[in-house]
Amino acid sequence: MHFNFEVEGGNFSKAGSASSEIKKILNQLNVDYRIIKRIVVALYEAEVNVVAHAYRGWIDANIDTDKIQLTLTDEGPGIPDIEKAMKPGFSTASAKVREMGFGAGMGLPNIRKNVDEFDLKSEVGKGTKLEFTVFINSE
Amino acid sequence: MIVKELIPLIEGKLVCGDPDSSHQMKLAFASDLMSDVLTLDSNNPLLITGLCNLQTIRTAEMADIHVIIFARNKKVTEEMIHLATQHNMMLIETPYSIFRISGILYKHGIKPIY
Ligand SMILES: Nc1ncnc2c1ncn2[C@@H]1O[C@H](COP(=O)(O)OP(=O)(O)O)[C@@H](O)[C@H]1O
Ligand SMILES: [Mg+2]
Repeated sequence: MHFNFEVEGGNFSKAGSASSEIKKILNQLNVDYRIIKRIVVALYEAEVNVVAHAYRGWIDANIDTDKIQLTLTDEGPGIPDIEKAMKPGFSTASAKVREMGFGAGMGLPNIRKNVDEFDLKSEVGKGTKLEFTVFINSE
Repeated sequence: MIVKELIPLIEGKLVCGDPDSSHQMKLAFASDLMSDVLTLDSNNPLLITGLCNLQTIRTAEMADIHVIIFARNKKVTEEMIHLATQHNMMLIETPYSIFRISGILYKHGIKPIY
């Protein structure tokens, strides 16, 4: 199954609505709640990153019986130094972002912690692409 | 502890959710930082926070949190209640500080996560 969502940069009242939709879908598919939590926590931090740091973005969700893959592509300033951005505590977030309860530089490290495969690519002045996968072990 | 026992301890006001809920609260976490709340693995903690906006509710949704206590008279908005209702959450307002709420709940047997 395949789903698409659009994310508006700067719109904090909508931030999380795509993650919420995907959570609903995964619940309907009876995916294990622990797997759902890992996916939606990662996705929500990633969605907030698009809202907080980019101009606009798109989320692609691919749901298979054995794995769930998410791709977040955005048009935005990009990330000049990915290794640095991945460090816990590194943040360029604005005061507005911190008012929303984010901007402590914990998002990317927490995304990586929750997923099985993680790939972050960025081009300065163009945008950022984050892809991650969570495997579902079907016992 | 159920919500009916909790409310009088903190001069709380339940602004969303069922006052007769049998939902048992055993663990709590206090933070204004939503990224921090999103790192928890614990099952169903209650959240004590001073951050009162839509992202507080979204974070609780993603983190499977069903009870939120808003410290220091922070006022929950209609929009927050609307979203919280969809996810069966209980929202509590109180004049007490995070420190005071935490102390009271700790004394009454609510366990910390860390
Ligand atoms: N989609 C993005 N576009 C541009 N910069 C980003 C993006 N995602 C993350 N970043 C950069 O990486 C930093 C660290 O991200 P993160 O760990 O999520 O922390 P936070 O968002 O709290 O600052 C951000 O402050 C920002 O500089
Ligand atoms: Mg972030």
